[in-house]
Amino acid sequence: MRLLSNSRRALSPGRIAAWVSLVVLMLITLFPFYWMLRTALSDNTQLAGHPNSLLPVETTLGAFKRVLGLSTIEEAQAQGGSGASVNFWLYLRNSLIVATVTTVCQVFFSAMAAYAFARLRWPGRDKVFALFLAALMVPPIFTTLPNFVLIKNLGLLNSFAGIILPGAFMTPFAIFFLRQFFLGINRELEEAAMIDGAGHRKIFFGLIIPMSAAPITTLAILTYINSWNDYFWPLLVGQQENVRVLTVALGVFRSQTPQGGPDWAGLMAATLIAALPMIVLFCAFAKKITNSIGFSGIK
Amino acid sequence: MTATTNAPPTSRRSHGEATALPRKRRSLGDLKVAMIFLAPATLGFVVFYIWPTLRGAYLSFTEYSLLQAPNFNGLANYERMVQDSLFWNALVVTVEYVVINIGVQTVLAVGIAMLMYRLTHSITVRAVVLLPYLVANVVVALVWYWMLDFQVGIVNQGLTWLGIDPVAFFGESQWAIPTIAGINVWRHMGYTALLVFAGLQMIPKYVYEAAEVDGSTEWKTFWRITLPLLRPVLVMVLVVTMIGSFQIFDTVAVTTAGGPINATRVIYYYIFERAFTRFDFGYASAMAMVLFAILAVVSLLQLRLLRAKESDLA
Repeated sequence: MRLLSNSRRALSPGRIAAWVSLVVLMLITLFPFYWMLRTALSDNTQLAGHPNSLLPVETTLGAFKRVLGLSTIEEAQAQGGSGASVNFWLYLRNSLIVATVTTVCQVFFSAMAAYAFARLRWPGRDKVFALFLAALMVPPIFTTLPNFVLIKNLGLLNSFAGIILPGAFMTPFAIFFLRQFFLGINRELEEAAMIDGAGHRKIFFGLIIPMSAAPITTLAILTYINSWNDYFWPLLVGQQENVRVLTVALGVFRSQTPQGGPDWAGLMAATLIAALPMIVLFCAFAKKITNSIGFSGIK
Repeated sequence: MTATTNAPPTSRRSHGEATALPRKRRSLGDLKVAMIFLAPATLGFVVFYIWPTLRGAYLSFTEYSLLQAPNFNGLANYERMVQDSLFWNALVVTVEYVVINIGVQTVLAVGIAMLMYRLTHSITVRAVVLLPYLVANVVVALVWYWMLDFQVGIVNQGLTWLGIDPVAFFGESQWAIPTIAGINVWRHMGYTALLVFAGLQMIPKYVYEAAEVDGSTEWKTFWRITLPLLRPVLVMVLVVTMIGSFQIFDTVAVTTAGGPINATRVIYYYIFERAFTRFDFGYASAMAMVLFAILAVVSLLQLRLLRAKESDLA
């Protein structure tokens, strides 16, 4: 089939139609990103007058200044902001803290567990592993309610610890994912190291981790993105401004925006601030991330 | 490093050497080391997975407002649920969302995967298609909330230009769920397409070559060969995406907040409201139990009905 399509049917109408569909789908995928940028660079008071201008209306960085808390209230209101104080620098910092700590801890502890499941021999190992995997079946909302009660009883509401702790130790997926790779590492190297007198700690840090750098990086990127994008849990335990992450802040910003004349430019500038780090991360690791979407996760 | 071991100084070392030997001498194997390596993960697992699962099940049989200790009340929550029209409404709305979301998304994803498979394996194309999936639900919801605005949204501008009356996408009951389902199709179709694409790559080339020799048209090849051979992959994709789809929350929370009236009060959102605005934790837990059961049944049924494990290739 592919032989055919590449040569003889190179310009068949069907093939042209297929290309057109693919291009249209990619435009549909990319257009909202452009629209976010176009709106964020516009003057909010002028937006309603030019709803279908493809370029920014009265191009200005005002919206970004406004949501980053860099403009005075008068300036903000002159450009159609609500004047409410928002500080996306702070939320950006909070998101960075939460995503970074969660990723480092979760990947590291999951790697330790995966090592125990993949490279060590002990009675009951496979049963314990099956139990860990079974946790994948439980929908998050089910454990979220009691977890909220726990975090509340520990007095950790509105603290970074409260937001981070439930995800800091492991996820069944992370252990499963890394175990797959650890299983594939040649045992002879490990045995050679042991004959040289290396203990398990040395083997784990000096051999297994360096040899699995690629899958560990992939997992870390995916964990980072998930943690950065998470909304439900931080919404429950991290409402207060000092620990509020970007996603929660966006929800608050949207609910504060007046019904009559919403600050669309500000809102889009804020969404862009929330999305940009992930887009940059993606551009840097596009190949790795794209190739990781396969059946490692579900099969 | 000298290879001779001068009497292993620590007990950990000696366990380490036990694995090096082809035949383990001690039945416990590396248990001690394993316990050290597993300690953090097990702590997290027990505290944040096992314990809350058990506690959640228990709370579903109690009345609990967070202020006083949970008060056991038997099946009262479940009896109340049967009578609660908002609960049934939430189920209906959620199912409507899942059907639209999964239906459209799966068809589009297979289409995109086929297009990519037949036209180009370029990593750039795949990356572009995946991009929306990497942006937070909240961001995606807000961007579309703006683009679909009744008065100044670009989509309604386009509709007006085409001579169609503007649509209140989030404001009209019959449009709200399809709109939210569509937004999440936009976010997830690329990701799903990449899963299907990976499945397509697993179909051996010789099958297609044989079809070509037999003079099969592309259309026929797709329906008679590609789709049947893709079935195991499609089933797995459906199970995974459907479980995710039932848990729709973020988009609803930042756009309609359950409205207009109850049109988008999906089950996740209803549980959230019960628990965190009415502090009705017992009832919320009972509904979470039911959702858990529904998801388990749906997954099992899909795997059974579609015979996921068998492949026609054998």
